[in-house]
Amino acid sequence: MVPISYYLILSGILFACGVTGFLIKRNIISIFMSIELMLNGVNLSFVAFAAQWHALSGQVFVFFVMVVAAAEAAVGLAIIISVYRTRETLNVDQVDLLKL
Amino acid sequence: MTPNLHLWLIPLLPLVGAAINGIFGKKFSRQTVAGVALSFSGAAFLKVLAVAFSFSSLAIPHTETLATWIRAGSFQADFAFYLDQLSLVMLLVVTGVGLLIHVYSVGYMWEEGGFYRFFAYLNLFMFFMLTLVLASNYLLMFIGWEGVGLASYLLIGFWFTKDSAAAAGKKAFIVNRIGDFGFLIALFLLIKHFGSLNFEVVARSVSPLSPETGGAGLLTAIGLLLMVGAAGKSAQIPLYVWLPDAMEGPTPVSALIHAATMVTAGVYMVSRSHVIFERAPTALMVVAIVGTLTALFAATIGVTQTDIKKVLAYSTVSQLGYMFIACGVGAFSAAIFHLMTHAFFKGLLFLAAGSVIHAVGGEQDMRQMGGLRTKIPWTFWTMTVGTFAIAGIPPLAGFFSKDEILWRAYQASRVYWATGLFTALLTSFYMFRLWFLTFFAEYRGTAEAADGHSPPHGHADGHRGIHESPMVMVIPLVVLAVLSFTGGWIGVPGSLGGSNRFDKFLGAVFRSTTPALDPQQQAAGEVTSAEKETEAPEPQSGHATELVFSGISVLAALIGFGLAWLLYWRNPLWPQQIASSLGGLYQAVVHKYYIDELYATLLVKPLIAGSALILWHGIDRDVIDATLDNSAHGANEVSDAVRHMQSGNLRSYAGWVAAGAALVIAYMVWMGTR
Repeated sequence: MVPISYYLILSGILFACGVTGFLIKRNIISIFMSIELMLNGVNLSFVAFAAQWHALSGQVFVFFVMVVAAAEAAVGLAIIISVYRTRETLNVDQVDLLKL
Repeated sequence: MTPNLHLWLIPLLPLVGAAINGIFGKKFSRQTVAGVALSFSGAAFLKVLAVAFSFSSLAIPHTETLATWIRAGSFQADFAFYLDQLSLVMLLVVTGVGLLIHVYSVGYMWEEGGFYRFFAYLNLFMFFMLTLVLASNYLLMFIGWEGVGLASYLLIGFWFTKDSAAAAGKKAFIVNRIGDFGFLIALFLLIKHFGSLNFEVVARSVSPLSPETGGAGLLTAIGLLLMVGAAGKSAQIPLYVWLPDAMEGPTPVSALIHAATMVTAGVYMVSRSHVIFERAPTALMVVAIVGTLTALFAATIGVTQTDIKKVLAYSTVSQLGYMFIACGVGAFSAAIFHLMTHAFFKGLLFLAAGSVIHAVGGEQDMRQMGGLRTKIPWTFWTMTVGTFAIAGIPPLAGFFSKDEILWRAYQASRVYWATGLFTALLTSFYMFRLWFLTFFAEYRGTAEAADGHSPPHGHADGHRGIHESPMVMVIPLVVLAVLSFTGGWIGVPGSLGGSNRFDKFLGAVFRSTTPALDPQQQAAGEVTSAEKETEAPEPQSGHATELVFSGISVLAALIGFGLAWLLYWRNPLWPQQIASSLGGLYQAVVHKYYIDELYATLLVKPLIAGSALILWHGIDRDVIDATLDNSAHGANEVSDAVRHMQSGNLRSYAGWVAAGAALVIAYMVWMGTR
């Protein structure tokens, strides 16, 4: 059996990749994909723990995360399309009107 | 079982009148306003009369409890009314004289602005005054006490657009507040030591105590503090300064509040607390001394005043001094007797003075009057009755009450008597001076006013020349004149063949709670020996002496009359010469001994300067305001710095979130490894 630490390290690497992508990417779609990466990094650690402790609640939680991510993707893509139509750009640095 | 008297109706009726006129009066016609005010104060008077007629069949004292007001631990104060001989006399005076002055005011104020406001205030005053005299405990009395102060303030400042009137109102209120402070402390002492403010309970707790002779104790302290309150309300030294200024108010107000009723509240309160005072000889002595000094002091100022209302104002202060002399020598019923007759003749004098002012078109300076005798005969004759009554000429009311006080004062101390007698002479002098100046010789006012084209003035109706007042003003004058003439006959002393029924009537109040003092104590102090005099029927041998003293006081009154006649009728130039020969003394008296200036220099200005420098600049501005300002300013600066975080840049937000998360994780890791 693969030790749990492997899973956790992979999960951490995935999450760190997501965070890094979120922070350095300017394209909204890339940022969106980084978020998915972070979510899946977390999902991985959930299922790893679930297998380790033979507890189903971890698996159930992953399904919830997937459902939320799917809903988020639907809403998020709609927003992205709307932003592109009005501002003709997908660069987040240029979409900064919401400020003091 | 005692019948339910519904005493609560008595104060409530004027309150309803005040509410109706105060809320809706603006839309009412003058007739409606007058009708409402008169019917409610009249109804109160009728109710008092009904109570008076059933009085002999009642169990006195009669207490009527409406509700519990305050209950805190063992302390309890009720909304309760207390009826005994003393409060009945006060009720009759307040509602009777009050009603007459209401009637008079309808005529006097008819052409003034704010007619409804005036009557709303007047009715409000009646409500508070009746609460004051009917209250069964000091706390409810205090409500009335403060309330009449409020009504007094409102009515003095009735012509509030006039600076001097507004200032006089404030002065009255503030000076009264000083007295109220003493009154309140006395109440706190009563609560602390007797656990109650109810008159009967306090009397029961105090009665077993022996008089604090030869020293000061709790009762002396309470008595003195009560006297501070009384001095404020009843304009005694050193708090009398507000009353002369209060003459800025309309004349009916001066008559009702500042002569007949409110200013006597202090006398009533001291009489109501007689159980305490009787056991505090030092406090009683202070009361008598303050009364004596005030009587003399105010009378001397009255001699030099030229404003007709100011003369009467100082006269009121002086007469209140008499009442306090009477209280101070333990002759409480004589004080109340003088209070009653004074309400009649001083009310009359003020109303008549108002009628004179009305007639000459707002002029108040007596030097601008004269020769009004034939022009306003009703006013002249009624004022004559009032003048003779206050001067103490028998058989008018003032003679009996003043004589009673002087006689009782003599029994206590010759100093009180001599000063009182001299004051009586002065009283007679300045009143006849007023009488001669106003009604005799030739008219000295501007010819225009006499011809009927007077210049504009405080009163709106000076366009018809000198004229008699309307009947609505004359009738109260006549009624009060009759009362001033006959009012003293209910207290004819034994020496003149009467039986002093008034004294006997009130005796039930002032004797029922008087303890049986042991003989040594009775013999000990002069005050208590005077007290003994009341207890026993007056010995026949004293009658001759008393008669002699009556003669002396009549003589004093006649000398006063003679002097006034000599100076203001026979030789009108003499007063000027005397005044200039007296020089500085005369100047001092004309300027009221510079008391107002003295208070201004010693108290008011340092107080204002201290308040401005320490309280306003130092504490309010530099501490309280500064704290608030600085914290607001600081919050502003911090937000100003922090708001740049909200750049609108999504990635910087993400950075902050990541950094925050990193911090939290680092903390948790650190905590876990510890």
